[in-house]
Amino acid sequence: MDKIKRQLTSSSKATRQDRIGKLVAFLCTFLIGLLVVSIFYMVASRGLATFFKDHVSLWDFLSHQNWNPSQVGKDGTPEVGALPMIVGSFSVTVLSAILATPFAVSMALFMTEIAPKRGQKVLQPVIELLVGIPSVVYGFVGLTIVVPVVRALGGGTGFGILSGTLVLFVMVLPTITSMYVDSLRSVPGFYREAALALGATRWQSIYKVILRASVPGLLTAIIFGMARAFGEALAVQMVIGNASLLPHDLISPASTLTSVLTTGIGNTVMGTLPNNALWSLALILLLMSLAFNLLVRVIGSKGRLTK
Amino acid sequence: MNAKRIDKLATAVISLLVGVVVLILLSLIGYILVTGLPHISWHFLTSPSQAFLKGGGIGDQLFNSFYLLVLTLVISFPIALGAGIYLFEYAPKNWVTNTIRVAIEVLSSLPSVVVGLFGFLLFVVEFKLGFSILSGAIALTFFNLPLLTRSIENSLTAVPKLQREAGLALGFSRWQTVLGVIFPEALPGILTAVILSAGRIFGEAAALIYTAGQSAPILNFANWNPFSPTSPLNPMRPAETLAVHIWKINSEGIMPDASAVSAGASAVLIVVVLLFNFSARWLGNRIYRKITASK
Repeated sequence: MDKIKRQLTSSSKATRQDRIGKLVAFLCTFLIGLLVVSIFYMVASRGLATFFKDHVSLWDFLSHQNWNPSQVGKDGTPEVGALPMIVGSFSVTVLSAILATPFAVSMALFMTEIAPKRGQKVLQPVIELLVGIPSVVYGFVGLTIVVPVVRALGGGTGFGILSGTLVLFVMVLPTITSMYVDSLRSVPGFYREAALALGATRWQSIYKVILRASVPGLLTAIIFGMARAFGEALAVQMVIGNASLLPHDLISPASTLTSVLTTGIGNTVMGTLPNNALWSLALILLLMSLAFNLLVRVIGSKGRLTK
Repeated sequence: MNAKRIDKLATAVISLLVGVVVLILLSLIGYILVTGLPHISWHFLTSPSQAFLKGGGIGDQLFNSFYLLVLTLVISFPIALGAGIYLFEYAPKNWVTNTIRVAIEVLSSLPSVVVGLFGFLLFVVEFKLGFSILSGAIALTFFNLPLLTRSIENSLTAVPKLQREAGLALGFSRWQTVLGVIFPEALPGILTAVILSAGRIFGEAAALIYTAGQSAPILNFANWNPFSPTSPLNPMRPAETLAVHIWKINSEGIMPDASAVSAGASAVLIVVVLLFNFSARWLGNRIYRKITASK
């Protein structure tokens, strides 16, 4: 009798297994959440030390042009003006996105509207290969081809924002393309059919209907591409010249947030001002990546196609 | 100009731009293979690198890359699988789950250099592990987890709902259903995702510069004791991977044949990554055909 009672009141082996499984699975998920929180916490605590511990004013940090954290400037404050890097990062990001968008839109239109079968078969692997090439290889090719070409055509050393833009252009192209393809595919078929039934040519239906219906998708795709460009480190660092000067033109050496980080962190001592200033740059990177994410969300919730 | 002309013109412009992109890709891969392949020899692939002299190889770096890849997958796959199963099967629809999903998305879009710096701060500085393969593998895990989790969850979701209902109807618990019914069905998708992530890990350098380090100490391939500092298996030694090696010799290398070595190393890197991509594609197609009996 007791045995049966015990069997009926206690949970079965499968239930116990299920509980343990659920717990383990939850812990794995929780770990990822914890990871994100700790990344933000640790980078922020180092990055904010520049402002709270070393008393650099935030405005000076963002607006001054001299980056030489180990030295003290004329006015007695350390030379930690991050403006050149911020300008450098934003210019390569924006320029490469502007350059890549027409190509990405053409690729996506070709794959979905013009030659769905053939285009898909040829261009899908093209996109996958472009994504698959490691960023150092892009940097190496940039260094051996793009930089000399820019030097020959534009003069100067060839290192600079233009070279960085050209390398990033190829790197963000697949990101923008593949995301825009998804959004073109989600444009309902009857939009096309309605346009064609009205006598529109293919281009008219693309231009007047499909492109307009997929604007939020295109914006999302471009922002994702910009996020990738903004965070790309090594490929840019190899071709941009790494001079922390405010860029005056596209072909003089410049620097980005990521390039200064990759070259600088190893040469500074933990906890000192030059090191903290670098962590502040990392914090800017982190916040920008968050901002891109937020922007995508806002566009996604506002621009959803209403049916 | 009438509408038909414009239509033709637009189509031509679009095709032209597409052609340019295809040309860029072909010349990119062609350039790397043409400049790189002549440098590749058995000697190049197996001998250690040289800092100042000609004729260095990439043997240690190649080994380090593969070792790091295996360690990273060993660490990240179980966690990603657990998280994928939780999000697919157990996660309730509430704000906690939403927050976790947002967190995963944010993590996947973080610049890899920031993830690497975080790994540097946590493992190299705080936990005093030093520049080591272990630190590198954990940093790469951070970088790999969100994407792998999402693709595992997608593969699980792609399994028809009927399968899950059938499992539950047979009296299986949810855990048994997921592991016994849905997981085998989703395995091809998961495998493809893992191989693709392997390609990403293999080519990653930014996250490794300050975690696995930029030096490749001399390895003794006869020494398989994982605790000895010269053993290739020791996870606590600093290890420069192939991708980091390419970056390093191009930004501060002083050996006379730096461009030849980096061309060869780039070609090896590309070939390995392409192999991963093609095998993922081939495997996916093959299994898909087997399951659906379509041609």
